[in-house]
Amino acid sequence: MTAQLLELLSHPLGQMITALAAIMVFMAVNGMALQYAERKVAGFIQRRPGPYEVGPHGLLQPFADAGKLISKQLVAPLGADRLLFWIAPLVSVAPVVVCFLPIPFSPLLTGMNINLGLLLILAFSGLNTLALCLAGWGSNNKYSLLGAARAVAQSVAYEIPLLLSVLAVAFQVGSLDLAAIAASQTQGLLSWNVLVQPLAFIIFFISGIAETNRAPFDLPEAESELTAGFHTEYSGMCFGIFFLAEYSYMVVVCAVATALFLGGWDGPVFPGPWWFLAKTFALIFAMMWFRWTFPRVRFDQLLNICWKWLIPLGLANLVATAAIVKWVQ
Amino acid sequence: MSQDVNSRLTGDFYTAPFGPRLEPDGDTLVLNMGPQHPATHGVLRVVVELDGEYIRRAEPVLGYIHRMHEKMGEVKTWVQYLPNMGRVDYLHALAWNWAYVGAVEKLMGIEVPPRAEYIRVITCELNRINSHLLWWGAYLLDLGAFTPILYAFADREHIMDILQMVTGSRLTYCYYRFGGVSGDVNDEFIRRTREFVADFKKRLPMYRALVTDNIILRGRCEDIGVLTPEMARRYGATGPVLRGSGVAYDVRRAEPYSIYDRLDFDIPTGRKGDVMDRYEVRMAELDQCLRIVEQALDALPTGAHIHPDLPERFIPPKGEVYYAVEGARGKIGVYLLSDGGPKPYRVKLRSPGFSNLSLFAELAQGTLLADAVSILGSLDLVIPEIDR
Repeated sequence: MTAQLLELLSHPLGQMITALAAIMVFMAVNGMALQYAERKVAGFIQRRPGPYEVGPHGLLQPFADAGKLISKQLVAPLGADRLLFWIAPLVSVAPVVVCFLPIPFSPLLTGMNINLGLLLILAFSGLNTLALCLAGWGSNNKYSLLGAARAVAQSVAYEIPLLLSVLAVAFQVGSLDLAAIAASQTQGLLSWNVLVQPLAFIIFFISGIAETNRAPFDLPEAESELTAGFHTEYSGMCFGIFFLAEYSYMVVVCAVATALFLGGWDGPVFPGPWWFLAKTFALIFAMMWFRWTFPRVRFDQLLNICWKWLIPLGLANLVATAAIVKWVQ
Repeated sequence: MSQDVNSRLTGDFYTAPFGPRLEPDGDTLVLNMGPQHPATHGVLRVVVELDGEYIRRAEPVLGYIHRMHEKMGEVKTWVQYLPNMGRVDYLHALAWNWAYVGAVEKLMGIEVPPRAEYIRVITCELNRINSHLLWWGAYLLDLGAFTPILYAFADREHIMDILQMVTGSRLTYCYYRFGGVSGDVNDEFIRRTREFVADFKKRLPMYRALVTDNIILRGRCEDIGVLTPEMARRYGATGPVLRGSGVAYDVRRAEPYSIYDRLDFDIPTGRKGDVMDRYEVRMAELDQCLRIVEQALDALPTGAHIHPDLPERFIPPKGEVYYAVEGARGKIGVYLLSDGGPKPYRVKLRSPGFSNLSLFAELAQGTLLADAVSILGSLDLVIPEIDR
């Protein structure tokens, strides 16, 4: 029996299903933990305690919120395109699960060893744009529509510098496998790509914030202009799913940044996965810090930053990397 | 039935305030911002016609919080009307107190003891700081920065505690009386005010470093919503909105009332008239308010806080009077017409927000939606004051 089960699990398909199930649990836990963390970080920055009433230090607040979101009635506005309206949250959350597959928490703890892992993540994270677009279009709401239009323009623009910075690292290591890239940085702090490719790291992180629609680039949901942007009409768990997807994308972006630039699982004393998670959450903390500190940029400024700064810099960085790699060979 | 009402509403609602359509262009989008919208601070409704994200026309629609303050003046006695003043503009309630009280005093020829004048100046300027701080926080909230408003509220808390000691309330003050103020200030008030002034002076450089000099904020504010002095005059703009355009008009200096001609303070002005100038003017005014409070505290005379022999019933003689003071948002004017009876015959309140809002339609034309929100915020509107 046990042997059969093991055999089933060691089959690639079984492996994948196990990994996906584990990822979904990880995402759910993460969503709640990050929501709590975000509120506590916001409270810390704004000199207030944050959630404090539900449970000790407000620790049960995420559960209370999840319970509230799940128990709420799902409402679609009159005149909404119901099919698009309901599938948009699913389209937004489904690709994230796949994005977690190739992330190497440690050499052993990897969902699936795919030698094109980086490509997989980039391809599937692009689907999020589609979800925002569907949500904005299907809601029959002008604010949602404007939010969706912004989301598309923003995501399309920022995918380019993201790609350029990732490519620079891929050129340097000669692989698109995240595990291989992380493994190439395990010879101490100086081998980390953040020191070898500082410019690429900065471009990647800025683009990542824009891709996940986080402040100061949270234009698709700019509260003071578009009330809630593309998810204006969503309530209950549909909103919850968008929320979960946003936080999961944050984890994906920060995890990829960790694997690409911060040495992955590299670190002393503690086992690799802990180091990986610690670095990922340190980056997430930085993202939260930005959100609660900076004002929002304007739409044209957002695109100017991308087209006039990040893309030329990314291109220059890429060309320089390619030349140096060639020269070293 | 509901369908019928809806169709009738879309017909009238959206087109009526616009007048005739500029051109029969099907590519624009009419967006109804408000009365419930995070950026309109209260119940202002702005109907905007968008071309992409650019605003073709923006039309503020008023009247959602009209409370008939002017009419109430005609049915209440002179004294009974006093508490209404704290509710007209809840953020700078004491300036409205002052405008009405000053008008009645002028009409009846009541003299105010010097101590009361100084107390009025101190409390009114503290209230002005309070108002500017709330504007600062709320405006940055409009720009998407969540944190400053909580810092502003931490400072506001001190001011509200101080004012609560003498006025008894925290927001809608009714402190000034005909011929003085309702209660004298004590040493505790003076001590805490001095403490606050010292503390707040240390906070201002932090605000500058943390927020004002932020590159994103500069990018969002500079060269946006440029208001020329000529246009500001045309709409009758006053207060920081006018001063941001470089016109150094301040009622405290132009038509000095009370003891302002004895105090030393500057009138900060802007140069370009953009959103950043209006922002900087308000931040500079915080400094000036502190200066005024300090001087008034130093020179606070002893004596009565209210005129000792006031009539039992306030029945002004026949006549009319106009009295203006400088509120946080601009020139507050109160016009009273008395027929010699126990109630005012007519009350007219000139609220600065109304004029300041009226220039929004022209200023917002052709800007991006995000800039329009920023411009709307920079006018520092308090909707109850506009509707009255």
